[in-house]
Amino acid sequence: MLRYLKRNPSLTVGIGFLGVLVVFIAVGMILIDPEDARPLSAPALHPPSWAYPFGTDRQGRDLFAAMVVGTPLTLRIGFIAGILGVVIGTILAFVAGFYRGIVDTAIRGVADIGLTVPGLLILIIIAVSVRGGLTVNQMALVVASLAWLNPTRTIRSQVLTLRERGYVEVARLSGMNGPEIIFFEMIPNLLPYLGATLVNAVSAAILASIGLEVLGLGPLEAPTLGMTLYWVNFNAAIINGWWWWWMAPIVIILLVFLGLFFMTVGLDEIANPRLRRSI
Amino acid sequence: MRALYIARRFAVFLLIVWLAASLNFFLPRLSGQDPVRTKLLAEAQLGGYVHAGIEDMVKEYNQKFGLDRPLWRQYLSYLGDTAQLDFNYSISNYPRTVRDLIAEALPWTVGLLGMTTLLSFGIGSFLGALLAWPGAPRWMRYVMPPLWALHAIPFFLLGLILMYLFAFQLRLLPIFGGYSPGASPGFNIRFVLDVMAHATLPALSIILVATGGWALGMRGMMVTTMGEDYVTFAEAKGLRASTIFLRYCVRNAILPQTTALALALGQILSGAVLVEVIFGYPGIGALLFQAIRENDHFLIQGIVFTVIVALGFTTFILDVLYPWLDPRISYQRT
Amino acid sequence: MNALRIEGLRVSFDHPLGVVRAVDDVSFALRPNERFGLVGESGSGKSTMALAIMRMIRPPGHIDGGDILLGDTNLSTLSGDAIRRTRLAGIAMVPQGSMNALNPVMRVGAQVADAMRDHGVQPRDIDQLMARVGLPAGTVEKYPHELSGGMKQRVCIAIAICLRPTVIIADEPTSALDVVVQRQVMRTLAVVQQDLNAAILLIGHDMGLMAQFVDRLGVMYAGRLVEIAPIAEIVRKPRHPYTEMLIASLPSMDHKDALRGIPGLAPLLRDLPSGCAFHPRCPKARDRCRAERPLPREIEGGVLAACHFA
Repeated sequence: MLRYLKRNPSLTVGIGFLGVLVVFIAVGMILIDPEDARPLSAPALHPPSWAYPFGTDRQGRDLFAAMVVGTPLTLRIGFIAGILGVVIGTILAFVAGFYRGIVDTAIRGVADIGLTVPGLLILIIIAVSVRGGLTVNQMALVVASLAWLNPTRTIRSQVLTLRERGYVEVARLSGMNGPEIIFFEMIPNLLPYLGATLVNAVSAAILASIGLEVLGLGPLEAPTLGMTLYWVNFNAAIINGWWWWWMAPIVIILLVFLGLFFMTVGLDEIANPRLRRSI
Repeated sequence: MRALYIARRFAVFLLIVWLAASLNFFLPRLSGQDPVRTKLLAEAQLGGYVHAGIEDMVKEYNQKFGLDRPLWRQYLSYLGDTAQLDFNYSISNYPRTVRDLIAEALPWTVGLLGMTTLLSFGIGSFLGALLAWPGAPRWMRYVMPPLWALHAIPFFLLGLILMYLFAFQLRLLPIFGGYSPGASPGFNIRFVLDVMAHATLPALSIILVATGGWALGMRGMMVTTMGEDYVTFAEAKGLRASTIFLRYCVRNAILPQTTALALALGQILSGAVLVEVIFGYPGIGALLFQAIRENDHFLIQGIVFTVIVALGFTTFILDVLYPWLDPRISYQRT
Repeated sequence: MNALRIEGLRVSFDHPLGVVRAVDDVSFALRPNERFGLVGESGSGKSTMALAIMRMIRPPGHIDGGDILLGDTNLSTLSGDAIRRTRLAGIAMVPQGSMNALNPVMRVGAQVADAMRDHGVQPRDIDQLMARVGLPAGTVEKYPHELSGGMKQRVCIAIAICLRPTVIIADEPTSALDVVVQRQVMRTLAVVQQDLNAAILLIGHDMGLMAQFVDRLGVMYAGRLVEIAPIAEIVRKPRHPYTEMLIASLPSMDHKDALRGIPGLAPLLRDLPSGCAFHPRCPKARDRCRAERPLPREIEGGVLAACHFA
């Protein structure tokens, strides 16, 4: 494992970035009182100091506490939506790619059309309709409602190429039925690819959730990374020179996206050895 | 053959239009009550100088979408209005209509998005193609890794960083809006330069992020294309390297790249909305943000519908142009 | 003077498990207007040789040594643009029939025209060129996907002859074509060769096709040339045991017994047997064959073989 990571620097860097975040959250949990992530728990607009290492915001949140509490919330939204998206996408992709016919045409059509539509707008309509404030978990479900489109499309095309492989044909001739072939022959071969798709889906879900939050459609009470940026924008923190307010969330979001990106590159290398040497 | 292909593509476009309208109609009603009515009633109770107008709106709304009417009649009324691009008044900007507001904002977004997408697609594809070619210039080795890293982050995040660096710290470029307050909009040099200065940072945050992705995609396509038999034969024909590069490799590798562009338009637009929001750029995204803040349902629905239809139309145009790029399609396959 | 002379050509590929020598010290010559055949199993280095003669070996492959003389120009010392201009104008290639050798998004006429233009020739009379290889008028306006396999191959021949080269290398030009089309394409190739007085190097593995087409035949095994002889001579009396087995494996009217293959597997190029590379499969192998590599030597007038016992 370790030796493999040495040969796959992208995967190593990706895991490293996310590892830094996990350590940050774990250590932070010991150091902070989650209550400090709420407004009015600290003096307002305090630049970073020993007492408040990331400073405080205008509503009097300790930003260090807000980051420690908010980062896992954002990651949770991403993982719930991403996993749901890939599971639904995989099922649809196998149904479409394996059984073909009209089912395939329908699934492919829906996914193709769905992808040309800007997802954020649909999510906005949904979020606006269920007003009254979303919770973090509801947020994850809203994002998941579109998260299956891309996995369906990409996995389906993989299934189609797999179908033509010799061993699938042999399995069919040897009397295995559809589900058996899917579970014992195709899924194991697709695992690295599914992994890359999952990481992609998580990344896309986090992006979508942060987008909704920056627009003010997120859980107003929760200090997720996107909500912090919403308040940054709401209070024009950049123009006012409150640099610490946006510095912490931006650095963390950068770590999240770069970590996930390097992981996909690394997983792609496993899934698709011909692309080795890709970066 | 050709007519059939275009007709089929157009049918898909109409399907998207219908879906967008239906989404607007049904999604808000899924929650059991009609949030539009709730908002309108709340607004009417507030009173104030727009009171009379809002009351008229409530009356008209109840006539069309009243609970006493069956859902399908409400739906038909909605489709009818939408077909005439009648999205009602903007609740928060009464008495201006949603259509007016959108018509005002749309050119800003089309301009920003059209320019940034073309530039990033063009530059990215060109860089990617060069990168796959043996003997790529040395400087590319230093330019590409940062571009790839940028490609992983959201547009608006880079926007915030650029805004801090170039507008706040260095004060090189304007920080907010589409043009300077007090500037008189018109077609004169000063105003055009002012608009360009305001568009620079929003455009840069999109271009710098998007270019790396196109470069990565194009490089992959080029590597595949360069392994094709026709490239080997082109070399055996003694063609100049530039001919092989442009007319054999790039010309073929650009095909899947274009398909990817059509698929990415929605994502690019989603990202651009947020860029407009943080820069206060007077396009569709900022208008949408305002509508969300004011809970202006008519405006939100109007924008969502318009944008989906506009993108659907762009995809339709790309579809119609594609066979011209790839003669193998020749309008027969769907 | 020879139309093409290859002297001591060596090509190898860098591979993680060691260097692979694909062409190992090969020498032969084509006389003007001659049809020379080169046969061998896949992996014997014959296609690599075609690319090497065109100086088109790409990394990780490289030419390690030897001379390629086209008339009196030494191609192996030509640089960049000079070698490019020699391709097609001096030495042209007809690609494998199974290849997608034509650019799918360009009309075939344009694909002839750009070849001429890049050699400083004003494109014209492309319709006549197409007629010479038996293509109907109007073909120039077609895209490759609108043509059959045989027609595409004729287009490739038209491209190959458009600058009247002195040597044409045809690397399995009829693979993947059905038998009737195969014969038509070969006849076209023969006709244009007569027109041009060009020499042809025909590469393939089909002994039957070779016997009908070429004047002289070279046999390759594991990157080495093991026999060269006039075609009639080689069929009548093969000198190398490998050639003998190749000929014996041909179906024939005389002996109706089961088809015979050659026992054993082609050797791995990166791990060749010592001495004569063929010795593990050779019924006549002796100790000497394991120890000492036989070099091609003239057995009698015009017949060369690389076997200790020929």
